[in-house]
Amino acid sequence: MTATIDAPPATPSRLATAPPPQRNRSGALLGVVAWIVGLLFVAPVLWMLLTSFHNENDAATNPPSLFAPLSLEGYANFFGTSTGASPWPPLLNSITASVLSTALVLVLAIPAAYALSIRPVRKWTDVMFFFLSTKMLPVVAGLLPVYLIAQGIGMLDNIWLLVILYTSMNLPIAVWMMRSFLAEVPGEVLEAASLDGCSLPRTLRTIVIPMVLPGIAATSLICFIFSWNELLFARVLTATVAQTAPVFLTSFVTSQGLFLAKVCAAAVVVSLPVLIAGFAAQDKLVQGLSLGAIK
Amino acid sequence: MSTALEPQAKSSTGKAGGNGEAVRQVGDWARRAPLLPALIFLIIVTQLPFVGTLVISFMDWNAYYPDDRGFAGFDNFARVLTDVNTRDSIINTIVLTVSVVLISLVLGLLIALLLDRQFLGRGAVRTMMITPFLVVPVAAALVWKHALYNPEYGLFNGLLTAVFGEGAPQPDWISTWPMSSIVVSLVWQWTPFMMLIILAGLQSKPHDVMEAAKIDGCSNWQTFRYMTFPHLRQYLELGGLLGSIYIVQNFDAVFTITSGGLGTANLPFTIYQTFYNAQDYGRSSAAGVIVVIGTIIIATLALRTVSSLFREEAGR
Repeated sequence: MTATIDAPPATPSRLATAPPPQRNRSGALLGVVAWIVGLLFVAPVLWMLLTSFHNENDAATNPPSLFAPLSLEGYANFFGTSTGASPWPPLLNSITASVLSTALVLVLAIPAAYALSIRPVRKWTDVMFFFLSTKMLPVVAGLLPVYLIAQGIGMLDNIWLLVILYTSMNLPIAVWMMRSFLAEVPGEVLEAASLDGCSLPRTLRTIVIPMVLPGIAATSLICFIFSWNELLFARVLTATVAQTAPVFLTSFVTSQGLFLAKVCAAAVVVSLPVLIAGFAAQDKLVQGLSLGAIK
Repeated sequence: MSTALEPQAKSSTGKAGGNGEAVRQVGDWARRAPLLPALIFLIIVTQLPFVGTLVISFMDWNAYYPDDRGFAGFDNFARVLTDVNTRDSIINTIVLTVSVVLISLVLGLLIALLLDRQFLGRGAVRTMMITPFLVVPVAAALVWKHALYNPEYGLFNGLLTAVFGEGAPQPDWISTWPMSSIVVSLVWQWTPFMMLIILAGLQSKPHDVMEAAKIDGCSNWQTFRYMTFPHLRQYLELGGLLGSIYIVQNFDAVFTITSGGLGTANLPFTIYQTFYNAQDYGRSSAAGVIVVIGTIIIATLALRTVSSLFREEAGR
C-alpha cells in the first residue's frame, strides 16, 4: 500500500523543473507514471474480480495464485442457499428502494428546480442554500427519532420507510443538479415559444424536458448510486423483510472459514449496478458530486 | 395555473401598491407552488427528527428502563463529554476525517495534474481512477478487510511472500495498525472524488492567460505556484469540505473493517452503538447533537465556498 502513497510525490517537482528541451521525454515518462498510478488504484477492484472467479482453495493461497483456473464456485455459494440466506430478497429490496426513491426525487426536484431557475421565486439563492444545509445534517443525528416514529406507526422493517428517507437524502443533490441543468436552457428559446403561442405545459414537455434529458439521466444515476450504497439507515431500520444488499453484506464482516471467493463474488454482484450507473454518468459525475457547483 | 397568472406577475413588478400588490402576491405564490412539495417534504423528513433528537438529548431515557423516563437537563451532555469512550470517539472522528481528507486531497491534486496532460490512454486511466469510488462502500471495506489485509491469505502478505520468499514478514495489518487500515481504505475510495473535482478545476483554468504566462517566460513552477494554484484553491476547498462532510459521517468502513474495535470507534459508530446496543436514547441523542454542532462548523465553511463558486458562475 505504501507504494500507492509514495509513488506520486515524485511527479510535481519533475513537472515543475523539467527543462523545455526534454519536454517530450518527461512527458512520456509522466504518462507512464499516470498509468502506474491508475493501475495501482484499480488493482484492488481487479483483485476482487479475479478472486471472485477462483474456487475457495485457490482464492486463499499465500503467495497468491494469479493463474489458478477460473471457477464460478464463489458465485454459486453466494447465490445458493446452502451456505446461508439467499441474496435475492435483499437485492430486490435494494432495487425497490433505489428505483422508487429516485423516481420520487425526480417528481419533487424537477418542479422545485424549475421554480429556482427558469421562473425563479424571490430569494431563490436562500432556498438553494436551505436545501444544501439539510444535506449537511449528519444522518446519525436524526436516526433515533426516525426509529421511534417508525416504531410508533409500525413502519419498521418496511421498504417504504427507506424509500422516504432516501428521497430526503437525495432531494437536495437533485435540486442543485437539476437547477444547474435548467439554468442552461436559454431564455430566448422559452420566449420564442411563448410568442408563438405555445402553452406552458407544452413548452415544458416539448422544449425544456428534451433539452435537459441528459441532465435528468445523470441526476437519476447519481441518486440511484447514493441510495444503493446507504448502510446506516438500512442497518438500523430494517431486519429480515426489508433488508437491503449492503445490510446483507454486513453478514460477511466476521470471517467464516474459507469464504474469500464468496465474499468477493458478493462484493462484485452488489457493486455491479453502481459501477454501471457510475460509468454511464461519468461525464456528469463531478457535477453531481459537487452538487452542481462544478460544470 | 402559473400560465394564466404569468403576464400579470410580469407587468406588476414595475408598479407598486394598490391592486398591483395583491396581483403580485398571487403571482408570487404561483411561482412558489412548484417548489413547495419538495420543501415541505424535506422539512418534515429531515428537520423534524432533529428537533426530536434535541428534545430527547435533554431526557433521561433508556429503553431498558422505560419507567425512569424524565427530564435530565444537561446530564446527558455532561455524561457524554466526560465519558472516556465518547471523548476517544470524538478524537477518532477528527483524526479519521483530517487524515483521509488531507491525504486524498494531496493525492487527488497530484493525480489530477498527471491527468491534465495529453498522453496515450488518458481516458482509460481516468476511468481506472474513478473505479474505486464506484465500489459500494461496504463491499470495498469487506474486500480490504478480507482479500487485502487478512494476515493469512490477504493480497498484501501474499505479495510479501511472493517477493521475499518464505521468511517474509507477515504483519497482521488490521490489529497492528487499525486506524491506518481504515484510513488507507478510505483514501483509496476518496482520492478519485478529489481528483475529479480538482481535474474539473484544472480544465476550467483560463488557457489564454496560461499561454501569455508561458510567452512571458514563466517557468512551469511559477505558472503552477502563482496561477494554477490560486485558481485551484476554491476547488481544493470545495473538495476538502464536501469530503469532510461525508467522512465525518463515515460508518461503513469503521463498522466493517474493525467493527469499532481496537480504538477506532468514531462518533457515528459510537452513537449507533449507544442507541442500538445500549438503548440509551438520551445519551445517544446528546452525542448526536454534538456531531451536529461539529458539522455545522464545517458546513458553514463549506456553504461559503460553494456559494462563492455559485455566485461566480451566476455572475458569468
